[in-house]
Amino acid sequence: MNCGPRRDGGCLAQIQEIEGITHISNEKAGTITTAEPTIEKETRSEEELDLPWQVVVHNDPVNLMSYVTMVFQRVFGYPRERAERHMLEVHRNGRSILWSGMRERAELYVQQLHGYLLLATLEKPG
Amino acid sequence: MEICRRKSAIEISELDPFLAELLRQIPASANPDGAPAAEQRLFSPPTNGKDTELCAEWKMYVEPELRRLFQSATETVADDLEQLNGDEKTFANRTLRIPAKHSDAWLSALNQARLAIAAKNNFTENELNDHFRSPIGSRRDLSLFQVNFYGFLQEFILREQED
Repeated sequence: MNCGPRRDGGCLAQIQEIEGITHISNEKAGTITTAEPTIEKETRSEEELDLPWQVVVHNDPVNLMSYVTMVFQRVFGYPRERAERHMLEVHRNGRSILWSGMRERAELYVQQLHGYLLLATLEKPG
Repeated sequence: MEICRRKSAIEISELDPFLAELLRQIPASANPDGAPAAEQRLFSPPTNGKDTELCAEWKMYVEPELRRLFQSATETVADDLEQLNGDEKTFANRTLRIPAKHSDAWLSALNQARLAIAAKNNFTENELNDHFRSPIGSRRDLSLFQVNFYGFLQEFILREQED
């Protein structure tokens, strides 16, 4: 999915830079030298800091139960029993959380669900 | 009307002129143009309204893709429906063959049409669950029958896909 330039480059994988310590030990001379202080730099992506986003499907009275189950199986790869469980949750409770995780992937799922004409939203818990 | 699987197609035979006409109306019924309620249902927002930036981006980048997807499905269905425009007499029963490879396009077009009709008519859940209402009465009753008839076809196609 292309959602514009704002998040371009926002999928940076976790980068961990650890600069090692160099110990120079000279026991005979009775001196210990530490060449450089430890610098541990950790950069996390926007998505990771945002974890988790939820993909929520809402009830609508028109979509057939069998159709909704089929869509859950196709989009999320869920086995039939799990897909049916979510479908029934949508039907009875009005909504079901189908997936949670990184924002970019959640957006892609919501787009796919809209492609099947399901009422789906991206939500952040809290 | 009879519906069955024949080789790699779903065959709907003994289609009387009334049902044939309802099928012909699938592409037009799926079109939300000029009906804000249908437009809103087919292109629903990706969030509960709090993230206006995402909604704006969605409108700009995702909606056009969805429109293309939906249009491609209705075009496939419209092509298949050409079979109903043969040279037979006006009141003769017709046969329609839906190739198995077009099943997904039919599921999408039928769903678009059902959702758009339901949104335009603002059907309640009770009305939608009333499968025995006669189509003869009002335009609203006919629309409800259309939603249920398309739903029946969807169910059949889904069952065929599972087998």
